[in-house]
Amino acid sequence: MNVDLYEKFWMWAAAGIVVVFIASIGFTTFGQAIQPPSHIETIDPQTVRSDEEFGQPGVTINPDGSATVVVQAFLFAFLPTEIRVPRGRPVTFRMTSPDVIHGFQIVQTNGNTMVVPGYVSQFTISFDRAGEYLVVCNEYCGLGHHNMYARLIVEDVVAAAAGGER
Amino acid sequence: MIPSRKLALANLWVAIVAFTVASAMALMQALSRADLDLPWRSAKMYYLSVTAHGVLMALVFTTFFIMGLAYAFTERALDRPIEGPKFAWASFWVAIVGTLMVTAMVLAGKATVLYTFYPPLQAHSLFYIGLALLVIGSWGWCWVIIRTYLAWKRENPDARTPLPVHGILATIIVWLIATVGVAAEVVLLLIPWSLGLTQVIDPVLARMLFWWFGHPLVYFWLIPAYVVWYTVAPKVAGGKLFSDPLTRLVFVMFILLSSPVGLHHQMVDPGIAAGWKMFHTFNTMLILFPSLLTAFTVIASFEVAGRMKGAKGWFDWLEELPWSDPTFSSVALAMIIFAIGGFGGAINAAYGMNAMVHNTAWIQGHFHLTVGTATALTFMGAAYWLMPKLLGRDLELTLLARLQPYLWFMGMLLFSIANHMTGLKGMPRRVYQFDYGGSEIAQQWIAGTGISAVGGFFLFVSAAFFALVMLGTGLAGKKREQEPIEFAEPLEPPGGKARLLDKMGLWTGLAILLMLAAYALPLIQHLSLERFGARGFSPF
Ligand code: HEM
Ligand SMILES: [Cu+2]
Ligand SMILES: [Cu+2]
Repeated sequence: MNVDLYEKFWMWAAAGIVVVFIASIGFTTFGQAIQPPSHIETIDPQTVRSDEEFGQPGVTINPDGSATVVVQAFLFAFLPTEIRVPRGRPVTFRMTSPDVIHGFQIVQTNGNTMVVPGYVSQFTISFDRAGEYLVVCNEYCGLGHHNMYARLIVEDVVAAAAGGER
Repeated sequence: MIPSRKLALANLWVAIVAFTVASAMALMQALSRADLDLPWRSAKMYYLSVTAHGVLMALVFTTFFIMGLAYAFTERALDRPIEGPKFAWASFWVAIVGTLMVTAMVLAGKATVLYTFYPPLQAHSLFYIGLALLVIGSWGWCWVIIRTYLAWKRENPDARTPLPVHGILATIIVWLIATVGVAAEVVLLLIPWSLGLTQVIDPVLARMLFWWFGHPLVYFWLIPAYVVWYTVAPKVAGGKLFSDPLTRLVFVMFILLSSPVGLHHQMVDPGIAAGWKMFHTFNTMLILFPSLLTAFTVIASFEVAGRMKGAKGWFDWLEELPWSDPTFSSVALAMIIFAIGGFGGAINAAYGMNAMVHNTAWIQGHFHLTVGTATALTFMGAAYWLMPKLLGRDLELTLLARLQPYLWFMGMLLFSIANHMTGLKGMPRRVYQFDYGGSEIAQQWIAGTGISAVGGFFLFVSAAFFALVMLGTGLAGKKREQEPIEFAEPLEPPGGKARLLDKMGLWTGLAILLMLAAYALPLIQHLSLERFGARGFSPF
């Protein structure tokens, strides 16, 4: 194939761009452990509401100070509607849906996952900033989709411990 | 003279009508998202309209336009009539019946499941059956073109495949591989479930099959636009195609790489191992390469055009280009927009960054640049060039035609930049309202949705101009001698070089192997999980 000189430069540059992109993804994945939520665990959607764990959604503060948040996403709300977690500690969200697919997106963070009936979604994140965050459903789930949200309140640790008792 | 002129025209008119209707719905959506108090505004109407807009634009307009374009181009480039015109018409009607069923169900409010129709949202069974018919009709079209090509090959054993046909065959191969996924989803899972023959469905399996289809779908939209960029635009610009073999290389790379990437739409899905998502991410980055090559080759072809008209300096060739020709300006502006969209796409597909943008308004900002402009604006430009030739009439309302691409460009910049920004600030896509209990952060999205509405208004006016020009040309264009359809010549004829690139059977085989590598194990692993199905819901 007869390839023009300029075109050769361009082909190498294009290949270079692709290599840089792949390398930076490889670096953030393996070097900084940035992974999308990819938890594999199944559950029967028909039993979610009576499930030991998901039937009683809420926040648990673990002995090591980290928190586990169990969320039920359903047409058209999240339970709990208000989630209080400690600042600067790993917070693990576990959630599922008894009906259709929903999304769980903590606005302005990279906490973002699909919530799919039959499956348990899970990711761990920690919040550096105390204050109120908005959680929205970001997958269309029906006519009330835009009303589906929750409030997430990140508190400094002392307050959170008290909050956990409440 | 083109024997299947009527066939091509029938397909193109369906596309133009679908586009016009969907554009009107889009205006309503863009205004509604800006929280304007429209009289008939309701959540039910909004989601119904988004479903109709998505289906009509992404599935109907594109598919019919591509089928029409391919009939006209194949026949002209091979210089022989298509094989089996009756079968081609039958396929057309099957696709039409399917489209009408889908549209009727959506408009009746029985299928407000959006164009992605993720179960366990459940639509009326006729919606899924209609979709299946649309796909079956398109398979008929694939078969006609392939048969025509094979017949031509027997008649011309030593000739090189003409470049437009090479690109169209690539489109068809990508489509055939892609539709296996959606056909499996619709026929094996959704139709029996919506008829009540099965009680439950596995939503993650359905999504895997949908995105098996969904990503190559975007290359099904894009490759025909590239065919126009490579084989029509240089000619319209008054120049020649810079490199024939590299163009073929680009089409072949699309055959190979369009499909084994679908999991990049499921980055934040549960139930799929991270390793597979990563593998699909790397494949996705590789597809940037042919698009980067395209940018070079097409711009170089424009430079050739400018220099053939006497330009000598570094950039004065730009001034020599026919900026007031609507076909040229559509393609040139579509390319600029696509460059922006391509970089956004690399961000969406980046394994770690995806979570920042997944299902936010950023995504709708992104795909209106790619399919909504790179493809749609190119198709409008192609229509200005092709329709008069097929109709044997002069283009009418040429002033509107000249303004239209620039209006689209401006409107799209406003619409898309605004949506990218509100998306980064966390606004989800596909929402009717965003009050969220008076949330402070949601208030900050209002400026963005306002700009997006202004952009949407420009886009709508532009779409209306296009529709008027087409209508005017079809009904009142001055009759004239039929003009031949001619494609751009390459600077150097391909001769016997790089014949390997024409071996479509070989590339199809390799593409299937790659697809197996990308999907066989993830699907087997998935099917071996202990899975519980989900029942259907229709909360609309
Ligand atoms: C007339 C110009 C257009 C305007 C004003 C417009 C506006 C919109 C708006 C506001 C939405 C967002 C709905 C939402 O997420 O809530 C949307 C969705 C969409 N648009 Fe457009 N659009 C236009 C043209 C196009 C074109 C030309 C295409 C493709 C060929 C297209 C394809 C889509 C698709 C696939 C969706 C997604 C629907 C969904 O999320 O289910 N649009 N459009
Ligand atoms: Cu929702
Ligand atoms: Cu994709």
